[in-house]
Amino acid sequence: MSGGGASGRPDRGGLVIALLLAILAAVIFFSTRAMPVTAQYTRVGPTTFPYAVAAGLAALAVGTAVSALRGGFPEREPERLAPVLWIVGGLVAQILLLKPLGFSIATGFLFALTARGFGRGPLWVTIPIGVVFSLVVWVIFADVLQLSLPAGPLERLVP
Amino acid sequence: METFGLLFHGLGLALQPMNLLYALIGVTLGTAVGVLPGIGPALTVALLLPVTYQLDPTGSLIMFAGIYYGGMYGGSTTSILLNTPGESASIVTALEGNKMARKGRGGPALATAAIGSFVAGLIATLGLAFISPWMVKFALSLGPADYFALMVLAFVTVSAAFGDSALRGLTALFLGLALGLIGIDLQTGQARLSFGIPDLLDGVEVTTLAVALFAVGEALKIAATPPEGEERIEPVKGSVWMTKQDWARSWKPWLRGTAIGFPIGAMPAGGAEIGTFLSYSTEKALTKHPEEFGNGAIEGVAGPEAANNASAAGTLVPLLTLGLPTSATAAIMLAGFQQFGLQPGPLLFATNAPLVWSLIASLLVANFMLIVLNLPLVGLWVRLLAIPKPWLYAGILTFATLGCIGANPSPVELALLLAFGLLGYGLRRFSYPIAPVVVGLILGPLAEQQLRRALAISQGDPSVLVHSPAAIILYTIAAIALLLPLILRLRGKGAVLKAMQADED
Repeated sequence: MSGGGASGRPDRGGLVIALLLAILAAVIFFSTRAMPVTAQYTRVGPTTFPYAVAAGLAALAVGTAVSALRGGFPEREPERLAPVLWIVGGLVAQILLLKPLGFSIATGFLFALTARGFGRGPLWVTIPIGVVFSLVVWVIFADVLQLSLPAGPLERLVP
Repeated sequence: METFGLLFHGLGLALQPMNLLYALIGVTLGTAVGVLPGIGPALTVALLLPVTYQLDPTGSLIMFAGIYYGGMYGGSTTSILLNTPGESASIVTALEGNKMARKGRGGPALATAAIGSFVAGLIATLGLAFISPWMVKFALSLGPADYFALMVLAFVTVSAAFGDSALRGLTALFLGLALGLIGIDLQTGQARLSFGIPDLLDGVEVTTLAVALFAVGEALKIAATPPEGEERIEPVKGSVWMTKQDWARSWKPWLRGTAIGFPIGAMPAGGAEIGTFLSYSTEKALTKHPEEFGNGAIEGVAGPEAANNASAAGTLVPLLTLGLPTSATAAIMLAGFQQFGLQPGPLLFATNAPLVWSLIASLLVANFMLIVLNLPLVGLWVRLLAIPKPWLYAGILTFATLGCIGANPSPVELALLLAFGLLGYGLRRFSYPIAPVVVGLILGPLAEQQLRRALAISQGDPSVLVHSPAAIILYTIAAIALLLPLILRLRGKGAVLKAMQADED
């Protein structure tokens, strides 16, 4: 074998993935070892498969590290962080608002922040649009299809 | 012929008004999500799992199958008119289809895609009906060790055989297997990897994982990617009807596409994409008009479109007869069966024959609905493509979270949705395939069960795993599927495999 890694520089993102895989393997290994094992009459119990998966992940972590050092990952285009943060913010807002304010308002925020992530604003216009849209969805799914969705002040206004 | 009787009986059930309604809802939704870029049948079925929880099992499964078929039809419309495949099995269609549309031949391209899908769907569904009883007989002869071997084969083909890197495919698979470990062990009742969080004792919900990886991950990826130029929707000019010459050039590719797509879908090889690539290269090799390939050859649309519908039907063969999902959509449909306490496999044909046969018969019905929905009404679907991205993805995330909240309105579930969404983004960013994660989550616990059952019978002797000829053959195929691509990649033929990456559906 001659050459190997074409780009020469180690791929930092790939190394981070290798590290995460190794951590995951360790978590599975130690949490399985800590399991209270009851008396078994077969050698294959509830711990066998987790150990196998942990071993597999550990091997893949090594493979990923090697691949990252050799520049084996495909080239990545630079990406924008701001839209990701807007959408993640929307999901967090929904989690926080769901219990106190109900489905429509919480999901309205998710709707508006996602649209913002794709460059559509301003929020004082899109949040009301999102809330109304979510309320319509709520009525269809909660009232007509009887899915249990958390109700808040707005949903209680619906007869 | 016993099969005819069963099929006719199933047809009678499928033609009942309620089941017709479910089929219609399924194919309509399926066409819509097939047309919309960014969401596919896997995601849609996952979203509908919680909604259908209280509905009739037969009806719900008919609807799911309709979504699967519909997605295959709808995807071609987007490929042809927008050059962005609506779902991954339509990537090849974009090659020639979009060129045809640019030359003002969008109508015939849509027509050959729809009619090809119809022909293939019809033949392949009949194939499904006639092969299934044989497969059931074969499946009944398999023991737990053989089942384990079969699942190992499915793991290998789904993760490592195609795509541009076996390492990344296997990593995605093991992530799914790791997630599948979470929760109470079915045989001993012990909690595994739940870290004292009560929500995790039931394991990771398929809905949550699928919705997060497909909807949230995709939305994040699309938002993060800087826009490149304007996307142009090609208007459908002139007649949608095909000329005599179009028919003459289409019918053979339809049949060849069906013959290629169905067995590939039926093998535990994952994904409808592979058949479409093979069909495309076959048509390119056989055509009398090689100069047209790359510039809008109708054969290049007719063949692959037939192949992708045929393989959708093919995928149902291992799913129904062996309980073995070979694509993300099939994996989620398996979760749909489990939701109703049904386990697909040979026993389902014995214990729940009416359900199985009305499901198969409803696919024939769905095909007739789809050709009407997709040919005369194509203009309606084209309008879906005009929805601006911000509203489209805001809407997708609204429905995505709705599905999760409906299944389990707890903050832990939504936090998992967010975490898996970020995982899905990361996987896309670093070119990892998504489908193996979903297949690993669903098939992992089943494989573990079979393994432990086999070893319990043999009292812990591992040689039982390679005791039967069936198991040895299956392991041999799995080894070939793992090693052959490695050799091809080392010899510089990796590009072909990369193009055949099985992704979403």
